[in-house]
Amino acid sequence: MLSYLIRRVAWLIGSLFVAGSAVFFLLRVLPGDPAVTLLAVGSSPDQIDAIRHQLGTDRPVLAQYGHWLGDLATGNLGDSLFTQLPVLDQIAGRLPVTVPLALSAFVLSIIVAVPIGVFAAVRRRGLLGVAVSTLAQLGIALPIFWVGIMVVWLVAVQWRALPPGGFPRTGWQDPGAAIQSLVLPVATLTIAQGSVLVRYVRSATLDVLSQEYVRTARSLGYSLPRALWRHGPRNGAATVVQILGILLASSLLGTVVIESVFALPGLGSLLLASVKARDLPIVQGTVFLMTATVLVVGLVVDVVQRLVDPRLRGSA
Amino acid sequence: MSTPLVEAVETVEAPDAPARRRRGWRSPSFLVGAALLLAVLALALVSLLWSPYGLDHTDPTARLAGPSPQHWAGTDRLGRDQFTQLMLGARTAMWIGLASVAVAFVIGVPLGLLAAAAGRLAENAVVGVIDIVIAFPTLLLAMLLVTVYGASTAVAISAIGIGVSAEVARLTRISASRVFTQDYVLAARTCGTGPLMILVRHVLPNIWHTLLVQAALAFGVAVIAEASLSYLGLGTPPPAPSWGRMLQEAQSTVSVAPWNVLLPGLAVAVTVVGVNLLGDGLREVLDPQLRQERQAGER
Repeated sequence: MLSYLIRRVAWLIGSLFVAGSAVFFLLRVLPGDPAVTLLAVGSSPDQIDAIRHQLGTDRPVLAQYGHWLGDLATGNLGDSLFTQLPVLDQIAGRLPVTVPLALSAFVLSIIVAVPIGVFAAVRRRGLLGVAVSTLAQLGIALPIFWVGIMVVWLVAVQWRALPPGGFPRTGWQDPGAAIQSLVLPVATLTIAQGSVLVRYVRSATLDVLSQEYVRTARSLGYSLPRALWRHGPRNGAATVVQILGILLASSLLGTVVIESVFALPGLGSLLLASVKARDLPIVQGTVFLMTATVLVVGLVVDVVQRLVDPRLRGSA
Repeated sequence: MSTPLVEAVETVEAPDAPARRRRGWRSPSFLVGAALLLAVLALALVSLLWSPYGLDHTDPTARLAGPSPQHWAGTDRLGRDQFTQLMLGARTAMWIGLASVAVAFVIGVPLGLLAAAAGRLAENAVVGVIDIVIAFPTLLLAMLLVTVYGASTAVAISAIGIGVSAEVARLTRISASRVFTQDYVLAARTCGTGPLMILVRHVLPNIWHTLLVQAALAFGVAVIAEASLSYLGLGTPPPAPSWGRMLQEAQSTVSVAPWNVLLPGLAVAVTVVGVNLLGDGLREVLDPQLRQERQAGER
């Protein structure tokens, strides 16, 4: 297990290196001068030089690359082009919105979707089971921002039950207001993530249902729910862990769109605003951090999978 | 191990015995899926020849009007005919969907085949790259590219295409490796058949149906991605209409004109449900082995 862990962490560091390099080369080596695209038409050569110097693009590409990697390794993501504030501070300032949003949607969608998915599998021929599967398929096919707008229309505009968007300026100092403004975004993200999860859980349960050991347990007199409860979690755990990893990563990414729908000042809206303002260091840093999070989640998934499923430990 | 794109949808339940015999192209999911997709495609194609109004036509007397004989889907806050926008949006969605899937396959299939056919070292390298690209979400890639090049159709297609290509490469590698372990490949090798010939003669004929199903599902992913990018203002720039931007523009007037939000969302949903069903149907039609496995599993 320890040697596996070491290998897996080495793999992660390699992946982070490749991802960091990809972010760098996508932005710098492809044709086009960021300094020129950043400035308005008609800027003086001096201004262009100043921006080039600030971006570091007046140095050779390899030197820039080394600098970027060195900065990454020391946890320095540079400064914003416009506000001059450190990128890392700006990102940290947005986390109190994005992290609660992503995590509560993640947890809620598990609580809601797992029982529904199992139900849809057990009752797959019943009317309700088919209805659930159909709804889940529709939930996957609908764009998440559309669901968000409809939720706003129904709950905030028609019923006037909750604010349609925004986040209190004072942040979490007023927890009630902060939670209120997160209810609809979390609900929307949960609908989107939950639909995906229902289908995964349903197909995983169908898989377990068709196994010999369930038939054996049934023939020994176990009821179907008891047989599933006894054998399902242990056998399906590895798959479930993997799905949860995918779900956590996509919850994080879903916030980019959700924050835009509900005008929340989170990481996603920071990224979007920076893309539109062409604030290269922020875009670069945020994209790298989000990708790194996805990669770390992948590592945790692989390790936990081995912990819960002894069958996986034998293979390399 | 799960394969996200493929497992996201499933075949409909096996029908009763007589219906099972009549299956094939008459599979219900294939028919419904094809019908939905053809409807959207027809909308897109007709828009090339005719649409109720011109793209720039505004009707200042009928702003935010509801559906009527003059404006079948109502108008937006500038008085633009929404049905015209929906038709032209269908064209954008179809075009970007097809182009992104093409990009994804041009990159993904050779990469997957290379990984399956080459030695272990090359395979590990390609698998590593695939893993990283999968971890590198399409939306983020698009945002990176837009930062440098500005929002354009080409950027949207490249970003979606590259994002989807990782999944295509992964699936190609897995299916092709399975074929490479077959006895008939060994036999062909023994007879001195070169690797390229093996690919053309044995591997591709055995995996193309899997890839075709994947193409259908990838198309759905691409349509949603395009709508999301346009919604965020990172997709096809105006004046080219897009369902995503229609939704973004309609969001601020949702309290007075909810139908302006309803219809573009439904258009996306119909397209995506359509291709997903089509993919399911194709899988049933093209893969008899899978069909039997499924039926065995259902019992």
